[in-house]
Amino acid sequence: MATILAVDDSASMRQMVSFTLKGAGYDVVEAVDGVDALNKAKTQAFDCVVTDVNMPNKDGIALIRDLRSLPNYKFTPMLMLTTESGADKKQQGKDAGATGWIVKPFNPEQLLKTIQKVLG
Amino acid sequence: MAIDMAQFHQVFFEESFEGLDAMESGLLNLDMGDVNVDDINTIFRAAHSIKGGSGTFGFTAVSDFTHVMETLLDEMRDGRRKVTQTAVNVLLGSVDCLREMLQAIKDGDTIDPAAVGAHKQALDQELAHPGQATAAIASASSSTMTQQPRPPAVDNDQPAVIGWTIAFSPHLDLLKTGNEPVRMFRELATLGELTSTVDLQGLPDLFDLDPEECHLSWKLVLNGAVSPDAIDEVFAWVEGECDLARMPIHGEHPAAPPAMTIPAQDAPRPPLPASIPSDGKDAKKDDTKASGKASNSIRVDTSKIDTLINMVGELVITQSMLSLIGDRFEVNKLDQLKNGLSQLERHTRELQESVMNIRMLPISFVFSRFPRLAHDLSSKLGKKVELKLVGEHTEVDKTVVELLSDPLVHLVRNSLDHGIEMPDIRSAVGKPETGTVTLDAYHRGGNIVIEVRDDGKGLDKDKLRAKAIEKGLIEPDAVLSDKQTYELIFMPGFSTAEALTDISGRGVGMDVVRRNIQALGGNIDIASELGKGSTIAIHLPLTLAILDGQSIAVGDETYIVPLGAIIESINITDDRVNRVAGKGETFLLRGEYLPIIRMHDIFNVASAKAKRLTEGLLVVVEGQGLRCGLFVDDLLGQQQVVIKSLEANYRRIEGVSGATILGDGSVALILDIPGLMRLAHQ
Repeated sequence: MATILAVDDSASMRQMVSFTLKGAGYDVVEAVDGVDALNKAKTQAFDCVVTDVNMPNKDGIALIRDLRSLPNYKFTPMLMLTTESGADKKQQGKDAGATGWIVKPFNPEQLLKTIQKVLG
Repeated sequence: MAIDMAQFHQVFFEESFEGLDAMESGLLNLDMGDVNVDDINTIFRAAHSIKGGSGTFGFTAVSDFTHVMETLLDEMRDGRRKVTQTAVNVLLGSVDCLREMLQAIKDGDTIDPAAVGAHKQALDQELAHPGQATAAIASASSSTMTQQPRPPAVDNDQPAVIGWTIAFSPHLDLLKTGNEPVRMFRELATLGELTSTVDLQGLPDLFDLDPEECHLSWKLVLNGAVSPDAIDEVFAWVEGECDLARMPIHGEHPAAPPAMTIPAQDAPRPPLPASIPSDGKDAKKDDTKASGKASNSIRVDTSKIDTLINMVGELVITQSMLSLIGDRFEVNKLDQLKNGLSQLERHTRELQESVMNIRMLPISFVFSRFPRLAHDLSSKLGKKVELKLVGEHTEVDKTVVELLSDPLVHLVRNSLDHGIEMPDIRSAVGKPETGTVTLDAYHRGGNIVIEVRDDGKGLDKDKLRAKAIEKGLIEPDAVLSDKQTYELIFMPGFSTAEALTDISGRGVGMDVVRRNIQALGGNIDIASELGKGSTIAIHLPLTLAILDGQSIAVGDETYIVPLGAIIESINITDDRVNRVAGKGETFLLRGEYLPIIRMHDIFNVASAKAKRLTEGLLVVVEGQGLRCGLFVDDLLGQQQVVIKSLEANYRRIEGVSGATILGDGSVALILDIPGLMRLAHQ
């Protein structure tokens, strides 16, 4: 089964994402911000990255940009969790190499459906 | 099928309250003259997280409210809006409002719509202030906030659409964002019957081919009454990365019934494992259980837990070593056994220390609420006050932290209200206009000391004295030392403020503060200099459960003296003992006359060995600033003792703060030094 990196500085969102994906049989590794995520991505291979945008240390967009420049993550699906107010964030994310986004607030079913969409 | 979201609520509340605290302190620290973008960003991020979380977990009232705050903060962050004191005050008010909303939700109470409405109106007003346009944006986007996920769109205007032809030409870079045409086709196929034709014309020669680029394009035919929105949603992520054209196919048949339209949202859902509670009743039960537990839970630094696990590991090794020796014991292994036992003792002690350490919280848990208090209060009083926090990382037992809050609030209020003068008065006497109140915490001996210092007007001894005489608390001819005069403010029924203000005069006097501190096993004292300021110091034991004690022997009885109270222990020589008729005995120590308290007299111990002073020892102790000597038979050892309450098991006894069980199973009383002095005085 695929392994997913879930990045969010909010513990409750992280738990919710992680719980939902694990419940569907995915392996999930959690990271608390962009720096943490990047370190984890360098030591372990992930099939998909789901990241919050607004985070301390390194935000989601910078994280996606950094990950995309790594050879192992050239084609890896990377999704941003973003709010509807962040229309320009979506574009910034796309420019950084994001595959797509999930609009907050979302429910576990929407999350799962999107993940299954990109992971097949 | 639904995942029980209630299980995440506890964490959400915890982090939201933390976020609110961060917002509050961030707002209070904003420097109007020179606003740091990073600071605003931190505040914004906290608001943003609360909004995201509350939306996800279904608390729409909270996410709506936070949205307005977020808009305001966003404009400040971009520099579109100036950071003003009014805006900060409105935001601070909103933080309070949010905190109450979240608390209400957490406790299962209803939110007061009037209060929320008032705060929201204040926010809207603040938003509208610089221009109408921003207000329009705010209200427009907040109304989209409340929108439910888009309902399945059925295009009624074109009933005859039976399918679509789609021309899809990805740009070369499409694959580089992790998007995959096959994935999109698979998704389209869930909407209707899909046929695809690939166009290879764009494919370069093999030598020129970059395998990481997408050179293919497709012609797709999707059969079925699919809404255009559903198709757009499939391609939403690659908008701008491809050329896309979709053309409806019109058929002669009437439109397919709406039930056949399968928009993305209603696509077959994957099954979830059975372990997820799907029963609403279960969810409710878990929720209440979780919230009931909240007040008794404690957040512990992981490093503390790691230490603990290490210690347990050591203990297990020692234990297995000892049992190895015990299995085949021979006399020549005695040394090994002794070694093992002393190791066991050391590890047990370390383990105990690390367990106790878990209960320790930094005092910043209490201090963190004071910047806000000082900010609000000083603006209300028209005073300029700077609050300094020192030693915030000093750790105290969780119970102490919780009980310390109220007395400290009272003291800080007093300092602001009665201590610090108005700016004009301050500058008239040559002080800086801005007064300083310092909260300082530090460890001393086995105690934690918390000081509330101000550079205000200080206590007026003559005024205190006159007041006390007027209230009939002391005799007009009473002779009082400076210290005793200051202590007057701790007497019940004493208040020096000419008029009670709504800030300090809440009917709770300093006597209550002192009683609360004493109930925690601590004491409080005061120092002041007229015109220069006052210092009130609270001394508290580090923990309420364990005490470092010195065992002393009086006849067959053993007593425990708190180690922190002991200054020294000395032999008594007759030439330094004075007997004052009717007032007992004193011992001259370095020019100071110490009252001698004979323990065997006070506690009626008939078996005492030392009846004459030269036969025993004098333990010099200090309590509430007073010293005396305890006359005992002998000193035994120092040890940590677990405090058992006497009041809970028997009744309160003056001079005794509790009891403990010694290693041999016997009971020893723990002495309360100030109480003992009072007892001896009678």
